[in-house]
Amino acid sequence: MTSPGPARLRGHLLRQGRAAAELACAVVVGTVAFGTLVCFGLGLILIPVFGIGVPVVIGALGALRRIAGVVRGRAGTALGAELTAPYTSTPSWAWRDLRSCLRDPQTWRDAVWAVANTLLTFATVLVGYILAQIGLHGIGPATFLVPQILLVLAVAIAWWTIPWALHLFVQLARLLLAPPPDPGLRRRVAQLTESRAATVDAQAAELRRIERDLHDGAQARLAAVSITLGLAAQVLRTDPERAFTLLAEARADAGTAQSELRDLVRGIHPPVLADRGLAGGLEAAALLCPVPVRVEIALPHRPQAPVESALYFATTEALTNIGRHAGATRAWLHAGHSDGTLCVLVGDDGHGGADPAAGTGLRGIARRLAAFDGTCRVTSPPGGPTEIRMELPCPLSEPSSPRTTSSSGTG
Amino acid sequence: MPTLRAVVAEDHVLLRDGLIRLLEANDVDVVDAVDNGPMLARALREHVPDVAVVDVRLPPTFTDEGLVAAIAARRETPGLPVLVLSQYVEPLYARELLADGSGGVGYLLKDRVGHVEEFVESVRRVASGGTAMDAEVIGQLVGRTTGPLTRLTDREREVLHHVAQGRSNTAIAQALFVGEKAVGKHIGSIFGKLDLAPSDDDNRRVRAVLAYLQSDTRS
Repeated sequence: MTSPGPARLRGHLLRQGRAAAELACAVVVGTVAFGTLVCFGLGLILIPVFGIGVPVVIGALGALRRIAGVVRGRAGTALGAELTAPYTSTPSWAWRDLRSCLRDPQTWRDAVWAVANTLLTFATVLVGYILAQIGLHGIGPATFLVPQILLVLAVAIAWWTIPWALHLFVQLARLLLAPPPDPGLRRRVAQLTESRAATVDAQAAELRRIERDLHDGAQARLAAVSITLGLAAQVLRTDPERAFTLLAEARADAGTAQSELRDLVRGIHPPVLADRGLAGGLEAAALLCPVPVRVEIALPHRPQAPVESALYFATTEALTNIGRHAGATRAWLHAGHSDGTLCVLVGDDGHGGADPAAGTGLRGIARRLAAFDGTCRVTSPPGGPTEIRMELPCPLSEPSSPRTTSSSGTG
Repeated sequence: MPTLRAVVAEDHVLLRDGLIRLLEANDVDVVDAVDNGPMLARALREHVPDVAVVDVRLPPTFTDEGLVAAIAARRETPGLPVLVLSQYVEPLYARELLADGSGGVGYLLKDRVGHVEEFVESVRRVASGGTAMDAEVIGQLVGRTTGPLTRLTDREREVLHHVAQGRSNTAIAQALFVGEKAVGKHIGSIFGKLDLAPSDDDNRRVRAVLAYLQSDTRS
């Protein structure tokens, strides 16, 4: 059993020893990083000379990342938190990868870290050298304890400085090798988290609705058909008249089941949308609106299927609203694509005063679009007209089939 | 009844066989049966049948291949009678089928095939240049509050509904429990209100249905 005093002293010594070792490592790593940085710089300079620098740059990049990885790991242990590497690229021998590496901001932060770390390494080595000089010269020819005092002083300063130096190395790594996400990014993450949650919720609700519709609709009808057919089979010989009536009943039920399945499929993915894409889908939706709709669609290519679906359902929601609430006599629907943004505008000449906060319809539209970073803006002054502008950033795919292009305006 | 020459396009084997059997049992000679769009186009060019019974969705794209092939064939052979079958009816497609105004067009839900007599009658009507629009095509469009059709009275709209399905004046009179003369008067009034200039009666009927389908985009 040891008394608390010496135990504490031993723990302290151990910690200090570990810190000293760690600092020595940092100095070694810092020196290697400096060498790598020099290679990287030289490589960059030599790229224009017949591309000699390219392999050097790629090698140095790989090495620098590995070194940064080691330092990140050690700093992370010291901080008690994992430091993650925010790289957006991976070095390889492909020219494209090299380019994306050179565009990766973290590559340059790594380089800045290497420069700063080199300075810090030099400073550490310099201080260490000076302290060693003081300490060692103190043990020279004795002049009344002065050397001993200097030695003690040097050791004391080193004792006090080592953790601080190490702290500086760790903080430098944290600052440059694993920078905290910028506020914009953090906002974006919050926004994405929210829209993802809403999408997942909506999807789950949708699946529940489909399940319920199938269970209460087509499935129940088919069960009834089966029972009716069974009854008909039973009385076929004895009472053909009754069997005939039962068969007619069964056929009617089967017909209803089919029509319910049709409605269900229309709600999941309308066949016209699958056939004709967004242009045809919007045109067909406009045709079903109780109010005459002037349609102008100019979409050179088809967007991706999920985007088509979101915009289609958002638009049908808007058209349904017009039929229900607007008191309109005319409506218009414009769809177009410019500067990477797909825009659908639905307007009507009704009484206006639509409040996005009040209606679940408008909220539904916003939610559908939010999943794709889309926005929905409503202008609806009292007295009208009401316009809903739905925008969604989206590159259009190359034409998969010439028929998907449609422009229709029956004026 | 004269024997009709028909081309059938349907990719589901069971449905195709059923259709062939059903048609042959009713004095319709199926001269060719195909299961995809390109072969349908070829068959229509080769046989120029009295009527084509076509599934909307066919390989290779499994979209509206059948409809597109049928419309293309009608461009080559104006008035080529086509009866399009589908699991869904889409007013937009009905409008495209009727757009050339020459009649000889049908668009029915596949469920209707089960009502054999009515179905065969539709096939014959289309073959003779009439129309056979599924009741659901029109059903989807009810509830309009504006447009030229608001000029029609409820009774007239009801009559137009039957006209769209391709019924004759006699059949409409029976369905609505009125005299044939009254139906004739209603139809005359519908043509007048929809500004359809006199031409042959069949053609005007087709154009009246087209007016119904177009009323939304025309303001």
